[in-house]
Amino acid sequence: MTGFKETYGRKPKLAVWKFASCDGCQLSLLDCEDELLALTGEVEIAYFLEASRATVKGPYDVSLVEGSVTTPHDAERIKKVRKVSKTLITIGACATAGGVQALRNFADVTDFTRVVYAHPEFIKTLATSTPISEHVFVDFELRGCPINKMQLVEVINAFLNGRKPVTPSHSVCLECKKQGNVCVMVAGGKPCLGPVTQAGCGAICPAFARGCFGCFGPMELPNASSLMGWWKKHLGATDDEVIRALRTFNAGAEVFRKEGEAHGN
Amino acid sequence: MQGYRLEPSGLEQVFEKLKSQSYEIIGPKLKDDAIVYDRLTRVKDLPIGLTDEQGPGYYRLKKRNDDAYFGYVLGPQSVKHYLHPPVFSLWQAKRTEDGFAIPKERESAPRYAFIGVRACELNAILIQDKVFLDSDYQDPVYLERRKNAFILAVNCTQAAPTCFCSSLGTGPKVEAGFDLLLTELINETEHYFVLETGSEKGQVFVKDVNLPAASEAELEAAQNRVKATEEQISKKLPTEGIKDLLYASYEHPHWDEIAERCLSCGNCTMVCPTCFCTTVDDVTSLTGDTAERVRRWDSCFTSDFSYIHGGSVRPSSKSRYRQWMTHKLASWQDQFGSLGCVGCGRCISWCPVGIDITAELEVFRQERGQSESN
Ligand code: SF4
Ligand code: SF4
Repeated sequence: MTGFKETYGRKPKLAVWKFASCDGCQLSLLDCEDELLALTGEVEIAYFLEASRATVKGPYDVSLVEGSVTTPHDAERIKKVRKVSKTLITIGACATAGGVQALRNFADVTDFTRVVYAHPEFIKTLATSTPISEHVFVDFELRGCPINKMQLVEVINAFLNGRKPVTPSHSVCLECKKQGNVCVMVAGGKPCLGPVTQAGCGAICPAFARGCFGCFGPMELPNASSLMGWWKKHLGATDDEVIRALRTFNAGAEVFRKEGEAHGN
Repeated sequence: MQGYRLEPSGLEQVFEKLKSQSYEIIGPKLKDDAIVYDRLTRVKDLPIGLTDEQGPGYYRLKKRNDDAYFGYVLGPQSVKHYLHPPVFSLWQAKRTEDGFAIPKERESAPRYAFIGVRACELNAILIQDKVFLDSDYQDPVYLERRKNAFILAVNCTQAAPTCFCSSLGTGPKVEAGFDLLLTELINETEHYFVLETGSEKGQVFVKDVNLPAASEAELEAAQNRVKATEEQISKKLPTEGIKDLLYASYEHPHWDEIAERCLSCGNCTMVCPTCFCTTVDDVTSLTGDTAERVRRWDSCFTSDFSYIHGGSVRPSSKSRYRQWMTHKLASWQDQFGSLGCVGCGRCISWCPVGIDITAELEVFRQERGQSESN
């Protein structure tokens, strides 16, 4: 296990790219306050428009990509980003599952553009919002809406030190139980997506007695149909409520999409 | 049987004495919608007048019509949270000029006094003792906490429909492994405890609290109370031939049926007082100058847990549930000489989709019985 600096004798060049997104995940990087200084000591932040207009030319050792692909222009641009990036890491639900904008995948996007824009004819947009991995090879996907900043630091840290990042793919339930959160579903009768959602957020919602919203997308072996069956039979959830719960930030993730479709449209 | 009579007000004295012996008191406490184990500072922290209602995938708090201190059955947590902490930093290393160094000094282990431990939980501790201590390689984290622990157990005065300790001989009566034991008694006129001692530590402890001996009638009332609890228990897990049954059911189609319901969420293993599996994470500081090995609870329901070079050995819910149940009820016997289940029913209540280990076992048993009689 050798670190980047020992191997190459220099700091790695880091770039941050934005596609269709709300910028929240990039903000998580700026939000790293305590770690940010240490981070800038270890990496050269070469391209990060949200932080600085000054840019350094590629190629880059590591690229963080935020956002989904929703325009023909972006579908081309992501290929260029891939070309100049040795390692490409996608960050956030938009980049890993298409984001909330993937709701268009369930409808006709022109219905939206007509309502939103005065001149929809100027809008060049794709019919679907798709994750980066549908367009180029992705080295690592970091989940979350937004991502957890500690997980982001962990991923960069692991990259710097040549090790595997610790970002478990199990359910949110394990985090709840380890923290001592009381299960909101069993003890409160509240619908919760935790059992089918990947951990990483620190089980924030259940810690505040709310059901999980599924921000981190499906866990490694999700059984959404069993959970939704229980919601309907024992927690009184309607088809509409099931669909709404599944169609948020990770609406485009296959398991959530399919399960939603099984309950109507 | 010998015992003392302790008034509710006398319990405060017990708390004070534990504190004066620098114990950290861990006991039942209301948190959100359940009774969990937490730090207690005084008797008032107990879930006085509260009880729980449980079923598969179901737990609700209810008010009692009395002021019982221990009138609930079981919460989601067991003392495992404290004796076998969910996350624990095993060691740290610092980079030095010519390599690395591992600072030796360790924080001394906490001294816990556990209040309200039930018979099934005590038996779970005895099982974990075997797992962690009964070999050439003892777990030092568990060992220190266990050695330090003071256990004030409580006899169950009511059972939940999820309880099946009586099938396994692990309750509801507390038999061994405690320092002090309380049985709570409430009738129209009185509210008191019968206190028994179960160890030298316990005997020394009561010596200078100066309690009156319990009368014959009081001792009998305590015994009757536990008997009544036992009669309430309706759930059963027949253990006869259980090992052969499960070993013979390895390819049974019912595992697929369970897998349709099982979420692989791992809740059952987290709440189980005997489940002990962990994994370790190696983490570094950004600069790479310090490294740390952190142990955390893991579960046979995660893919990482059975990941070996090339992939996960148990990629499906079917294989994970089968592994879990077969370990609990069959291979645990080969490994540790007992079942890995104490019949507390937590995995039934806290499974988000109400999968019931006793009901699933019954399917295997019934079908086996049928095929044998054919
Ligand atoms: S297997 Fe279930 S009933 Fe048995 S000890 Fe574990 S949690 Fe309790
Ligand atoms: S049996 Fe229940 S608690 Fe255990 S992993 Fe399956 S769904 Fe989760």
